Amino acid sequence: MGQQQGAYFVPTKSSWPIVAAVVMFVTVFGAAHWLNAEPGEASFGKSVITLGFVGILLMFFGWFRSVIRESLAGNYNSQVDRSFRMGMMWFIFSEVMFFGAFFGALFYARMYAVPWLGGEGHGVLTHQFLWSDYAASWGANGGGGPGRVGGSFQTVAPWGLPLLNTLILLTSSVTITIAHHALKAGHRGKILVFLGLTVLLGATFLYFQAHEYIEAYKELNLTLQSGVYGSTFFMLTGFHGMHVTLGTIMLAVIWLRVLKGHFSKDHHFGFEAVAWYWHFVDVVWLGLFMFVYIL
Amino acid sequence: MAHAATHDHHDDHHGAPTNFFTRWCMSTNHKDIGTLYLIFSLAAFFVGGSFAMVIRAELFKPGMQLVQPYFFNEMTTMHALVMIFGAIMPAFVGLGNWMIPLMIGAPDMALPRMNNLSFWILPFAFALLLSTLFMPGGSPAGGWTMYPPLSLQTGSLAYAVFAIHLMGISSIMGAINIIATILNMRAPGMDLLKMPVFVWSWLITAFLLIAVMPVLAGAVTMLLTDKYFGTSFFNAAGGGDPVLYQHIFWFFGHPEVYIMILPAFGIISEIVPTFARKPIFGYKAMVFAIAAIAFLSFIVWAHHMFAVGLPLGAEIFFMYATMLISVPTGIKVFNWVSTMWGGSMTFETPMLFAIAFIILFTIGGFSGLMLALVPADFQYHDTYFVVAHFHYVLVTGAAFAIMAATYYWLPKWTGHMYSETWGKVHFWSSVISVNVLFFPQHFLGLAGMPRRIPDYNVAFANFNMISSIGGFWFGASQLIFLGVIIHAVWFSKKKATDRVWEGAKGLEWTVPSPAPFHTFELPPVIRDEELAHGHVED
Repeated sequence: MGQQQGAYFVPTKSSWPIVAAVVMFVTVFGAAHWLNAEPGEASFGKSVITLGFVGILLMFFGWFRSVIRESLAGNYNSQVDRSFRMGMMWFIFSEVMFFGAFFGALFYARMYAVPWLGGEGHGVLTHQFLWSDYAASWGANGGGGPGRVGGSFQTVAPWGLPLLNTLILLTSSVTITIAHHALKAGHRGKILVFLGLTVLLGATFLYFQAHEYIEAYKELNLTLQSGVYGSTFFMLTGFHGMHVTLGTIMLAVIWLRVLKGHFSKDHHFGFEAVAWYWHFVDVVWLGLFMFVYIL
Repeated sequence: MAHAATHDHHDDHHGAPTNFFTRWCMSTNHKDIGTLYLIFSLAAFFVGGSFAMVIRAELFKPGMQLVQPYFFNEMTTMHALVMIFGAIMPAFVGLGNWMIPLMIGAPDMALPRMNNLSFWILPFAFALLLSTLFMPGGSPAGGWTMYPPLSLQTGSLAYAVFAIHLMGISSIMGAINIIATILNMRAPGMDLLKMPVFVWSWLITAFLLIAVMPVLAGAVTMLLTDKYFGTSFFNAAGGGDPVLYQHIFWFFGHPEVYIMILPAFGIISEIVPTFARKPIFGYKAMVFAIAAIAFLSFIVWAHHMFAVGLPLGAEIFFMYATMLISVPTGIKVFNWVSTMWGGSMTFETPMLFAIAFIILFTIGGFSGLMLALVPADFQYHDTYFVVAHFHYVLVTGAAFAIMAATYYWLPKWTGHMYSETWGKVHFWSSVISVNVLFFPQHFLGLAGMPRRIPDYNVAFANFNMISSIGGFWFGASQLIFLGVIIHAVWFSKKKATDRVWEGAKGLEWTVPSPAPFHTFELPPVIRDEELAHGHVED
């Protein structure tokens, strides 16, 4: 457990960091081995990556358990609380920059790469000699690129499932805020209801997202391989979906912790960190809905 | 908690776990983790250096001499990756870990367990990266920038990409920790504008790291999906563009360049005042210059791509933005020189390295200005002139600053003085050989010798031979460095005083040498006259 040193709290030694380093290594080694394997030799990599993921889950469980125990023991003073808050805020900032790279790729492909391939700007010769019949546009006709990589496809209509998903995520933002206010007021029943609703809304979002992917692959022929349109569409929505998955799991854990009475009116950083994360995921979705689906 | 209650915090040399594994693998102590980072960095420095020796041996004479072309390309690629991500960056993180808590009067880093994880990811990441050298397909060999489509055709891409992901996670966590430490753990009275310049430089560097490492992760993830999952980010037939990769990569890459030099600026700003026995000239200007350089680093990335075919407007914008960086950098060089002006100077090894840094880094800065000119860059692009430029800023810049810092703080870390004689031998041997090594490369580049090619026109033979001799000499000189460190840690009999250097100011010199396992368990009472910048006037 941690120890109070003079005016400060400095946590004692822990084996979780090195366990974390090992399981992360096992996971990526398995993944790399799998990807680099000759056909028919992938099973070793797959086994290793599975082992790695199990290890990561156990590591998170163990590390968070020890942190929660220290927190419940009252070891974390306000300075530790501030460090945690800063850690979470800067972590979310790094996530914003990660999505920024993919949004940047989307904007560059739409505003420069595809028009230039169609003969605009300084791409005149490429167009003339390689793909003179390519009429640049985004979406169904031009988004597969001049080579029509992945075959012709149709795009997902924004005003169906994507709109519904937007409303779901926006609603979940409201429910988690209500839960937060309930937490500050000390109404445990109300927290459980509204936090539970948030978890359900997250899961519903994921269900619809999966439905949309299946439809895209089976009926629209829109796949990850559908030129740069398919690449940006699935990488952006896919990474977002992974973050929603993670966020939903985090919310579910927080729900269980509320059930066990881990949080008090003025000491509930775990709840707030997950709420921040959830809002971040929400905002990213609004960017996706605008730039990937509508425009 | 029973364990904690029996823990003895009063004796300086106790408190460290006696079990080897417990102490080094489960540590939450900023000094031990800093030491681990520094040892790792030194090891990577020699591994990356040995790759450089292969390169210089092959280039000793024209014609194919020792290695196959593909292996040569592996060496240039791995040399860069190991030196950047394994030697320079971990060295700065190690120095930050050791010194920041001591400098701001904190008991430790803000998030000590995450600190340990940040370190322990690195050996695994490098095991992954270096193992590719022994794999059937070979290691990545398309240069450290990994431009597609070439990098998609060289070996083991997935291993390299995942290794970079791991290094990125490590860097981001390290940076978050440093920001939280500086913003949240300062002793009362240590106002932001009383912090040592080294701490300021790390605060800003950490921000750069959090902002750009995820962008690199995104870029290499797109490489990964392009190669293994059929996406078309960088495939023109699918509507993508290889140049897109270069934009994303250098949006990371240019701030990365400053990540590798801003902490060096901080180190030099600590050392020069100590040995000139004067407070630094223009403290606030130094801090704001670092911030200005960091800001500008986000809007200059395309100067790495002038020859790729950018629209004219972009070339002009990035040319002027790049040249603007020389203003805050000039402020820094001016202030270091002004700090020395009229000081009562002595020239111990750290000061020698610091002065060499100021002169030689400035040479690298000037060649950078030449490269910033678009029409001139059309000639210099991808030649040895570029190689000479960035080795002047990275070897005689970043690496010299790290060596200066090592000599400067080694007595505080170990409690022993290093051998001043052998330190000076190391310095003079290094500073002469490094110029023999890199200065001729300017001429080679101006004459048109391309980089990353194992063979060359016989016209370039003489300068290449001189450069290679300088290279072997510089490489051998670093064995002296290793010897001096080993001597200081285990064999030196000369005890260091607490203050170590007569003119040293700052909280780190108020604790005993060697610094005890736990320091500042109670926040120190800060007296302004103890600080280097206690009396900052507007």
